Amino acid sequence: MSLELLLQYIVAGLTYGIIYAIVAIGFNIIYNTTGIINFAQGEFVMLGGMIAVSFNAFLPLPLAILGAVIITMITGALMDIIFIRWLRSPSVLRMIIITIGLSILIREVALHIWGESVRALPYFTGNEITSLSFGGVRVSPQVLWTVGVCSVMVAGLSLFFRYTMVGRKMRATSDNRNAALLCGISTGNMVTLSFVLSAGIGAVAGCVVSPITYTQYNIGTGLAIKGFTVAILGGLGSSVGAVVGGLILGILESFSIWVLPAAYKDAIAIAILLLILFLKPSGLFGKSDVMALKEF
Amino acid sequence: MLRIRNLESGYGRLKVLRKLSLHVKQGEVVTIIGANGAGKTTLLNTLAGLLRIWSGEVLFDGKDLMGIPSEKRVFMGAVLVPEGRQVFRTMSVEENLILGGVPLQKKEGRNALMEELEHVYSLFPILRERKDQFAGTLSGGEQQMLAIGRALMSRPSLIMMDEPSMGLAPLIVKDIFSIIEKLRDEGKTVLLVEQNARAALGIADRGYVLETGRIILQGDAEDLLANRDVQRAYLGKDLDVEV
Ligand SMILES: Nc1ncnc2c1ncn2[C@@H]1O[C@H](COP(=O)(O)OP(=O)(O)OP(=O)(O)O)[C@@H](O)[C@H]1O
Ligand SMILES: [Mg+2]
Repeated sequence: MSLELLLQYIVAGLTYGIIYAIVAIGFNIIYNTTGIINFAQGEFVMLGGMIAVSFNAFLPLPLAILGAVIITMITGALMDIIFIRWLRSPSVLRMIIITIGLSILIREVALHIWGESVRALPYFTGNEITSLSFGGVRVSPQVLWTVGVCSVMVAGLSLFFRYTMVGRKMRATSDNRNAALLCGISTGNMVTLSFVLSAGIGAVAGCVVSPITYTQYNIGTGLAIKGFTVAILGGLGSSVGAVVGGLILGILESFSIWVLPAAYKDAIAIAILLLILFLKPSGLFGKSDVMALKEF
Repeated sequence: MLRIRNLESGYGRLKVLRKLSLHVKQGEVVTIIGANGAGKTTLLNTLAGLLRIWSGEVLFDGKDLMGIPSEKRVFMGAVLVPEGRQVFRTMSVEENLILGGVPLQKKEGRNALMEELEHVYSLFPILRERKDQFAGTLSGGEQQMLAIGRALMSRPSLIMMDEPSMGLAPLIVKDIFSIIEKLRDEGKTVLLVEQNARAALGIADRGYVLETGRIILQGDAEDLLANRDVQRAYLGKDLDVEV
């Protein structure tokens, strides 16, 4: 295999990997404040892309994306407010069933609205044959958009959680909910906010990547499985872990086409998930005591 | 300041507090002593809003607390230093304190928050030294100071403390109690729950004795210290030998 081809595989792997990382971070944000895994996380990515495509029919691209992101965020907020907020300390199993149910519900509504057709936003700059060359490696500008926008979101989130008052309140809520209440923090609102944030980053990712990967009413399921694998691989709750895990899975998948029939590509995530759960359930960057403390 | 009448509360179907009545006046230090499982934590958690008031009446500054969520009670000026400290372990000492000041910042702005932070640092110089350290890496005594400091950050009118001396070495316990004395001298109102009855009655104005969810005895702290039943049950004096 030539060096160029190798790099080409890596670039493709990074593009998918960063999307997996965003889905995993979405899982983490909600997991950290509530202790539950939101299996409807992939649907946020789908909604972002699909709504933006519809809006783009009559709105300029930036406005279409903005509108799609806002609507997806509202969906996230409603999920919490309608289905989750009023449950007082529900069991993990119950939560899993609720979020899986919600993912099915959103998917069915999407099927009803958009049908089974495959859609995509236009390329943000240039078109499908535009490419930039880096030392012989040809890269679509949309790949740069995807990697760039997702990287900015990751960095922005980490600054948000570290330095803003709201970010601190959210961390306090995930650290110790009762203590947060005793500090006058409205933990219920922080949980809603975590759904809004997760939905927002998922929707943005769904928009930037749609020109490359296309979008359809049912892409959420696969993304949820991969994002979940990545979250576990990196260590539940760890953002650094999510990014590293996402890139690992993306690159592994990309190279798998080279040695395995393409049909096996999606099995890699499941294989990794099972291996991690057997060998190191706390993941690469997870603290093992986190796993012991949270009841998942 | 705080008036409780016939309060009942508990967990699930288990009733822990039975027709409990007590009051705390402005500027007083009042202590509640009682054995393990008497319901002291249940009482404070109910006052802080972590547990529901089943029946009875809790008036704080004349306002009924029934149905008011815990985060609102902090804004009203009643704050709890919970049992077992409950600091934010994964956050820095200073972040813990700043979070405690959320209500103050909302009410009086950022300057008031920074002033109060200085005040807390002057009460607990060790916290200033450790300000960038994760709270989870502090010693037990330091965590207790942080928990008290965090509660003070909201400039509460009533501060409730649940066994602040629990699990600490005698020397540190002395420090904690001298802090409570300092708060009393600043005119703060304190409701102190303790198993360390002698030390608690030593700094309190009045005390209540709680047994299986009921107040069985109350009075001035000195009178309780001199009471033979209290001495036998809570101060570890073997009266038979003395007599
Ligand atoms: N979360 C809970 N669920 C059910 N019962 C509880 C719970 N917490 C406490 N209890 C029960 O309520 C009663 C009072 O407990 P509480 O914690 O208020 O006692 P306490 O006076 O604070 O004791 P200690 O000095 O050990 O802290 C006990 O019988 C205890 O078993
Ligand atoms: Mg207790």
